[in-house]
Amino acid sequence: MRSEVSKSRSISRRRLLATVGAGAVTAASPFRINLVKAEEANIKIGFPVPLTGPYGTEAQDQVRAAQLAVAQFNEAGGLNGRKAELVVRDDKLNPGEAATRTLELVEKEKVNFVVGSLSAAVQLAINNVTKERGIIFNSISQSDAINEAADFSRFTFHEALNPHMTSGAVGRYAFSKFGKRVAFLTADYAYGHEMVRGFLEVGKAFNIENLGDIRHPLGTTDFSTLLPRILALKPDILCISNFGRDQQIALRQATDFGIKKTTQIIAPLLSHASRVAAGPQAFEGVIGGCSFYWGIEDKFASTKAFNDAFRKMYDGKLPTDYGALGYGGVRTVLSAVKNAGSVDTDKVITALEALKYDYYKGPQYYRKCDHQSVQSVLVIRSKSKDQRNESDVFEVISTEEPDEAHLRSCAELGHKA
Amino acid sequence: MAGLSLDLIALQLFAGLALGAIYVLFAIGLSLIFGMLTVVNFAHGAFYMVGAYAGLYILMLGGNFWICLLAVPLAVGLFGMLVERFLIRRLYGRGIDYPLLLTFGLSYVMVELVRLAFGKTGYPFDTPDLLQGAVNIGVGYFPLYRLFVIGATAAVLLGLWLFLEKTSFGLIIRAGARDPQIVRVLGVDISNVWLIVFGIGTAIAGFAGLLAAPLQGVIPEMGSTILAEAFVVTVVGGMGSIGGAVLAGLLVGIVVSMSSLFAPEMAKVSIFALMAIVLIVRPQGFFGRAGLMS
Amino acid sequence: MNEMSQSLLRTQAARVSWFDVATRHRVALATLAVLVFPLVMPFTALAVNILIYGLYALGFNLVYGYLGLLSFGHAALFGTGAYLCGMAIVHFGLPWYAAIAIGVVAGLAMAALIGVLAIRTRGIYFAMVTMALSQCVYYLFYQAVDWTGGENGLRGINVRSIDLFGMRLDFLDPMTRYYVIAAFVIAAFFILSRILASPFGAVIEAVRENATRARASGYDVTLTRLITFVLSGGFCGLAGALQALHLSIVPIEILHYDTSGIVVMIALLGGMGTFFGPMIGAAVFLLLENLVSLWTVHWQLIVGAIFVICVLFFPAGIWGTLTSRGKR
Repeated sequence: MRSEVSKSRSISRRRLLATVGAGAVTAASPFRINLVKAEEANIKIGFPVPLTGPYGTEAQDQVRAAQLAVAQFNEAGGLNGRKAELVVRDDKLNPGEAATRTLELVEKEKVNFVVGSLSAAVQLAINNVTKERGIIFNSISQSDAINEAADFSRFTFHEALNPHMTSGAVGRYAFSKFGKRVAFLTADYAYGHEMVRGFLEVGKAFNIENLGDIRHPLGTTDFSTLLPRILALKPDILCISNFGRDQQIALRQATDFGIKKTTQIIAPLLSHASRVAAGPQAFEGVIGGCSFYWGIEDKFASTKAFNDAFRKMYDGKLPTDYGALGYGGVRTVLSAVKNAGSVDTDKVITALEALKYDYYKGPQYYRKCDHQSVQSVLVIRSKSKDQRNESDVFEVISTEEPDEAHLRSCAELGHKA
Repeated sequence: MAGLSLDLIALQLFAGLALGAIYVLFAIGLSLIFGMLTVVNFAHGAFYMVGAYAGLYILMLGGNFWICLLAVPLAVGLFGMLVERFLIRRLYGRGIDYPLLLTFGLSYVMVELVRLAFGKTGYPFDTPDLLQGAVNIGVGYFPLYRLFVIGATAAVLLGLWLFLEKTSFGLIIRAGARDPQIVRVLGVDISNVWLIVFGIGTAIAGFAGLLAAPLQGVIPEMGSTILAEAFVVTVVGGMGSIGGAVLAGLLVGIVVSMSSLFAPEMAKVSIFALMAIVLIVRPQGFFGRAGLMS
Repeated sequence: MNEMSQSLLRTQAARVSWFDVATRHRVALATLAVLVFPLVMPFTALAVNILIYGLYALGFNLVYGYLGLLSFGHAALFGTGAYLCGMAIVHFGLPWYAAIAIGVVAGLAMAALIGVLAIRTRGIYFAMVTMALSQCVYYLFYQAVDWTGGENGLRGINVRSIDLFGMRLDFLDPMTRYYVIAAFVIAAFFILSRILASPFGAVIEAVRENATRARASGYDVTLTRLITFVLSGGFCGLAGALQALHLSIVPIEILHYDTSGIVVMIALLGGMGTFFGPMIGAAVFLLLENLVSLWTVHWQLIVGAIFVICVLFFPAGIWGTLTSRGKR
């Protein structure tokens, strides 16, 4: 954290200098100021993430990786010498706060682009503010709704996976291996419902038997009253579709109740920070999906380059899944700026739509109709032995290559062809 | 949904009681403090969380769970006494709002201090080896550790009952709850009694947090969810009534467990609905004194 | 009488008159403050939030400060106003002014419902019943996904422009948005001021000071409490409606008990039972949170500590402390 604080301070100092400099120029000649501003003003990227709250660790990693993308852009000369700058704000994981902060970023900081968010509700709130004002927003957390016509706008991009892709990949892997009798334990909100919808959609092809979907309120701290019922169903597979603390506690207590003895537990999304917080015991043997794992550096040169640059900048630390999204989200926007040769919104949208990129996890591109990043999904298993370092908590057991067929179709999402 | 057997319902009821035991343990401290001091302790969840972290710290230092069982309540109780002595004591006689608001602010501070010391991410907390695994209780398997929690709760209740009913200090406490003026007239320093009661209440909260740690791991925010639920328990039971808290805690556990069986997504709202109904029908709760704080 | 004591008297008189002037022209003073306010704030969206939370606290203060009942369920009134205003625009395409009116009515109706159920209870039980009922409202809106967007929140409350007397104002422009919302807040100030100055206002305070005596004097105490609670719902509903228009979304968190807790903090910080207290409390609380959270992620430590200090040393709140100095 300390490194961030000093970083943001140095940025504000730089900005202060810039302001003072501009003031001196204004005093000298009111005519030249416009020219100077147009050339020298930094390209600003607003970055609202939940620095406080339960996902503070993930958010911190997002900021770190995003700073790396900005630093690389600037070292490579920026946009004809024009530098980029990250304006980080704490959204406190609250959509109302996120909307307020986005208004600040747009109206006062006059950011050119917004990248960020770590929850479905927050990204939809930010998106609603930015699309009204014609500002490009690249979302780096999961949601299905943001692809749909009602929330989508041509200013909306989605670098993260969505629940449909994630659960699809995990389902295709698990349903072919562990049996057909499937029970669901689901957090009762859009993210959970979207994951289950994805599993069931894939399940059709495998003829799975849906034993029931047990929905628990968001923020449940005790699953002991739900687990006996799940045990009684005797499923081959239990899909636990929740996130963060809910997932940690559910896995922990499912382990206590001995569910793992007879049942394979799968979770659509396993996050690095959750696994570290809950410990190896609770996650033992659990299979799930993710968008990025540092361990694929053996496979992709881009991953290796990203990991190395991150290690170099942050004393040997390795990037996490959410960190990688922060990097990807910012780097794609800056690359598009470079390709477009301008920060003009329309030109950058065109450049983003044309982008075929491989920045950290293999090839990706934004689909035209919903600006969803078409990308690979990693299927991973939590490991408790043979760890090479403290970040070595998963093993990649399968990779689903990028394929538009695994996304919901444009027509399904309500986009006109 | 299929598989709704009698065994399952019995197991479900048992799970409800086991969950209720945790509520009871948390709520009796809250109720004890309120009954004696008329302080609504909004920092009770924070004390609970501190208990879990104190346990974690002891484990980090190389201690074991059994040492924690003794050391954690002592440490948290002592900390609670400091809070009473230097903060809450200044507010006696200023009405019920001020101690409530003070502890509300205090809980922010405590949570943030723990974040500073231990970081924002949670920690796993292993179940002690002796208590791992599940055992057959006749109608199905149940985790051994949860049975231990029921036992520990019963032990705390028994100890508290003996202390309040059979010791002369307990007599003073009970008298003080009825009429502090008379106790003072009889030459007892009531402020020391309050100090100790607050210490006992927070010690039990810390103990509850320690017991909860192996069930759900440890994070700085862990006290806030249970606080809302515990208020339901104390209010339904009647603020200040320990017997009421026990009864209501078990009832809330069973309500959650039964709604989990039939409409799990309503499990959380069910307890608030229960509270609303109880209070509308009987505004002072099960065993509360009518007209308190009007 | 010697000269010194005379001059002392004069300064005292001056002080009293300063305070009297402030009280007598409280609406004018508040209007002036509201007009110049955004110029001194770090950014306009924050200034709008302060206005809205100030209005929300004003409504809350009517029940807490003037009537003497501590409610822990005011989020239900604030949130219902926001949701109904938003739904009127998103689902029915109503114009903005109709949506605001619906928000106010929704706040009044929700307050009537909660009030009828809760008003018989007292003290800590009143706080707890209102909290329980507002939690039920939370889950109601949470589950009605088709109408409210559930946990994702309600999106699409997009008002681009406001047509007024043949003029078209750009509602996306931050300053325009501020002054449009400020106009409603000032109107609310005016209405509240009239209520407090009316005979009914006197009854409210009589009930707070001594319910038994008020009853003996022939006032219907329960009805007075209920009406006040419902009025409070109207102010909170208006605040909620403005919040929906300002942020163009309604997050489900608006109904969370944290939102009920925040308003207690704001009222206490500013000074409960005072006219300016809620607005000052909102300004200080939100500004502090904003500034400290820019500086450190551990802002809750600072905010919590300041709150504890306020409770211990300035129980009358900022405005309460200032005015007691002014009166002295």
